[in-house]
Amino acid sequence: MARGPGCGRQGFVRPSEAPRNAHVVAKYINQFTEQLLQALGMSVDPDSFAVSILGHVIAAMIHIFLLLNLVAVGALVFIWMERKISGRIQDRLGPTRVGGKFGWLQTLADGLKLITKEDLMPEGADPLLFRIAPYVSFCASLAAFIALPFAGQDMPFVAQHLNVGVFFILAVLGLEVFGVILAGYSSASKWALFGAMREAAQVVSYEVPLGLCAVVPVLLAGSMDLIFIGDCQTGWFTNWYVFHDPFTFIVFWIYFTCATASVNRAPFDLAEAESELVAGFHTEYSGLRWSFFFMAEYGSMLLVALLASILFLGGWNGPIPVARLIGLEEGGWLYATMWPGWGTYLAGLLGAVNVLAKGCLGITIMIWIRWTLPRLRIDQVMTTCLKYCLPIAAIMFLGATTWQFVIPGRAFFGFLPASQTAFEVKENWSDLLALPRQATSSPEDAPTHDPTPNPQPPPAAETGPKQTHRPANSPQPLTRK
Amino acid sequence: MDTSIYWPTFLFWFFAAVCCMFAIGVVLATNIVRMAFYLVLSLAASSGLFFLAGADFVGAMQLMIYVGGTLVLLIFGVMLTSQAKFVSMKTSQFDWTLAALAGLCLLAVLISAALAIPEWKGLERAEAESLGIPQTATPLGMGLLGARVDAPQRSGYLLVFEIVSVHLLVVLVGAAYLARAKRKRSTAVG
Amino acid sequence: MITLPLANFLAQPVGVSQFVIVGAIMFTCGAVCMATKRNALGILMGIELVLNGANINFIAFGSPYLRSDAGSLGMDGQLMSLFVIVLAAAEAAVALAIALNFYNNFNSIDVDRANQLKG
Repeated sequence: MARGPGCGRQGFVRPSEAPRNAHVVAKYINQFTEQLLQALGMSVDPDSFAVSILGHVIAAMIHIFLLLNLVAVGALVFIWMERKISGRIQDRLGPTRVGGKFGWLQTLADGLKLITKEDLMPEGADPLLFRIAPYVSFCASLAAFIALPFAGQDMPFVAQHLNVGVFFILAVLGLEVFGVILAGYSSASKWALFGAMREAAQVVSYEVPLGLCAVVPVLLAGSMDLIFIGDCQTGWFTNWYVFHDPFTFIVFWIYFTCATASVNRAPFDLAEAESELVAGFHTEYSGLRWSFFFMAEYGSMLLVALLASILFLGGWNGPIPVARLIGLEEGGWLYATMWPGWGTYLAGLLGAVNVLAKGCLGITIMIWIRWTLPRLRIDQVMTTCLKYCLPIAAIMFLGATTWQFVIPGRAFFGFLPASQTAFEVKENWSDLLALPRQATSSPEDAPTHDPTPNPQPPPAAETGPKQTHRPANSPQPLTRK
Repeated sequence: MDTSIYWPTFLFWFFAAVCCMFAIGVVLATNIVRMAFYLVLSLAASSGLFFLAGADFVGAMQLMIYVGGTLVLLIFGVMLTSQAKFVSMKTSQFDWTLAALAGLCLLAVLISAALAIPEWKGLERAEAESLGIPQTATPLGMGLLGARVDAPQRSGYLLVFEIVSVHLLVVLVGAAYLARAKRKRSTAVG
Repeated sequence: MITLPLANFLAQPVGVSQFVIVGAIMFTCGAVCMATKRNALGILMGIELVLNGANINFIAFGSPYLRSDAGSLGMDGQLMSLFVIVLAAAEAAVALAIALNFYNNFNSIDVDRANQLKG
């Protein structure tokens, strides 16, 4: 299906071809409400003003509830994991009392304790900014989950399907630094201020190589859409972008380093180092406000780990394509035994488990590194960023571009052909460029006449998918089965 | 007529209210750090307005560059220069009155111009709902490289892109040079 | 019903004029901020507000959701907005460097202190 300029204005995707989750859920809620009210004896017009609000508000609340749960429960689990892993690394047990032999509920008990603490504020502090700083951090951390998908293909598990997903997540991740700066400044304490400035400088500096590393999978996939990037890695683990070429392999490790520095985890956690700055920017915070900072930190850790898993590690595609092997995909035997749509939903659930497992793996490695390596000084942190991470990321980016130019359409370091179930390129702009093209045998229909006034009519020859300029080896056209 | 709520309109008014309220807050605040915070919220809300108008790439870029970069820079500057705790410099009442008068006149002219053009009234709801989700990343990227894929009779922006890139380089080198750590004079002047 | 005028208000799409009004308010706030603040960084914030108001206008003129005729700017609006954002960042960096230099030399960020051409 060509998505050329013939289908609607300026290449828009029609609403029917791009179901938006919230609208679908809202429609069902509205229908349910109408039936409920009819059963109760009242008849109400579902298109009226008051009732139409209800469906969408509840749908949005469900999405936010799920994301909030993910971040909060995730923070709970990861704090417990951190204490257990750090205990084992340090040859001790970690929490063992609350909630059974393994101390599952230790974090919950700590949270309850924090809620009961006294609500302090330093005397010289700015009241508004002091109170609002933890929530700014937490909101930035949570807002980035809006664009993060947990399963893809036909039924994406995403709160908002953005075309510029990668860019949006990186942008919102960079807003977390405001909470830190406000906390440090409004605490009226020089330790807090120093910690906040160092942390802000570190986070802002590491955003540059982080962005450069995140752009490499975008370049390989051809789109900033996270669902598209994940779907380009379907199949076996050989299709994952981390194994695509040696440059991307190195870029993954640089990305992981920059991500660890960007969320202020050790060995880059000078800003919160107990031995150096009392506690950095959250020195004056106690109780629930302090716990919000920590939820924001663990939320950001989860976010960058999930982003790494989608960009590099295949996202919702496991190392072995289980859903395809057991027939759960469309056209498979197991799919046919279920109600329509359920097979896709279950495959999506499997995918979500995959994504979360890879995210947890990333966080485990971050925890492991924290308790293994010594802390870096602030000048060493800046040196690592500006003298090592940034040049290496830039050179690897050039290398990945050159690789994609010279050996296109291959996977797993060039040994295997590209994935057979990869999806077509969604945007087909080549017919307007009037560039010399090869005649391809792709089953694309010719674009209809462009309705906008255009002095050069679109060429009558058939169009192919987005082409590169090399005549010799044109890339394998990626078509949907 | 369809009377169910049209969410883009509601969201527009929400973001517009936040944006304008915090912009007025920037003008009226006396503490410089609070001014910076209100500015952050105002620009973040205007990024929401960009998303609503279909410019998702520009909206994300506003968040990343403007809010996440320029304003962080601004806040650093605020902290480096306001070491005296919450120093406030008051403007005289006469200056305030004059500025408010001029501002109100300007606002009146702009609003009357905005409301005077009939093509700016807005689309019909059915027509607006028939539009889909825009794909702006590729046309923007190709436009910056000189090939306009959305409206081929218009010119590309390659020259402007190059000029802006060199401009940014020059500006950053210059700013870093200007703000370099110099040997501070032992006595303050004036 | 009470919600009827609200329903009429919130059931129709917004046009370019509403966006331009928001941009005008931002612009005026920025201009008043530039005119009244004595802190150099306050003036810089006014400049940011002005540029943002102009950005809102550009995006509104180029949005396909707000106007349908061929007079729309199309992608040009967003491209111009992109350049405005980039140039605003560059100009903020330079202005901040100047403000920092001023602070280091005069130990005050008050622009009313900068009333001599000497030095």
